[in-house]
Amino acid sequence: MRCGVIVFPGSHGEHDVYHILKHVLAQEVLFLWHGDENLRDCELVVLPGGFSFGDFLRPGALAALSPIIKAVREHAADGGLVLGIGNGFQVLLEAGLLPGAMQRNHSLRFDCRDVYVQVEQADLPFTSEYTAGQLLRMPIAYARGNYVDSEEALDQLEEAGRVVFRYVEPPAGSPLPAGADAQSAPEQRSGAREMDEKTCGSGSARAIAGIANEAGNVLGIMPHPERCAEPLLGNVDGLALFASAVGAGEKHTEVTR
Amino acid sequence: MSKKPSTRTRVVVYPRPEILDPEGKAIADALRRNGFEKISEVRVGKSFEIVLEGVGADGATEMLEQMCERFLVNPVIEDFSIEMMTAATSQGETP
Repeated sequence: MRCGVIVFPGSHGEHDVYHILKHVLAQEVLFLWHGDENLRDCELVVLPGGFSFGDFLRPGALAALSPIIKAVREHAADGGLVLGIGNGFQVLLEAGLLPGAMQRNHSLRFDCRDVYVQVEQADLPFTSEYTAGQLLRMPIAYARGNYVDSEEALDQLEEAGRVVFRYVEPPAGSPLPAGADAQSAPEQRSGAREMDEKTCGSGSARAIAGIANEAGNVLGIMPHPERCAEPLLGNVDGLALFASAVGAGEKHTEVTR
Repeated sequence: MSKKPSTRTRVVVYPRPEILDPEGKAIADALRRNGFEKISEVRVGKSFEIVLEGVGADGATEMLEQMCERFLVNPVIEDFSIEMMTAATSQGETP
């Protein structure tokens, strides 16, 4: 499958994504420049993490105005696979390809650590290799991962099954400290598997970590699956996300042949 | 003699009232701890000074609204207001 990783000025996750797709999953990968006007026939397009345009104005806001975003929009509308990770997710929000916005973390910190997320939807092109309810350990690294939208919009997301990943408490026996937010009282944390906006550290509404568009071909995720996708890294929980996308791409190719 | 109006404007952007502003809250808490007990709320926004050449005050407002709606403001989390700092001044005049 031909995969493209978009490079914006200030991106820094592009080589990690490139490495996983090319060397772990043996796919054809190329870098796409933000000033390009086409996706050079890539079937999977990844917007990587980083600080595109220095996070000026709002994270992702200036990247969303890049020439290549027009091509990404067309690709998404045609059912093509689009994955935004971290800052890439923020770009998709600013471009209007996914609903909602990111506010500064409730903790006011740049939050950089491993967290657990639960797979809420395992029937999407990006999640078919997972099982629903599966817990994944993934690193986060963001200052604005506090997902917000109106209550009605959040209800619609939930009803449509578009909340794909949700922050949850670490499972029993995990080396990670329980409770993402040190401010939450221990008695509130113990035994509670689910998190809400008060306990997930970022303050993210309904503990949302990742969402999809209506058709499921556009995914935004704040944690970094590319940083936990090969044994050498000590954690392969993120690999199935890329493997799912590659599998979805191959199926698509078979159908259209 | 051709007159080119130049309009200096200010766009102020704030988080919407229903959106919790964690930065403003942290600043309010710190100020209260440091003797400014009368503070009930701090909200942190940003302002843009934008100078438009060849555009009068009327045209400026419309143009700025378009800028805000499409670029400067994220309507999910932010509100904006527009001020004219100097109404159309002609070339050669000091504002």
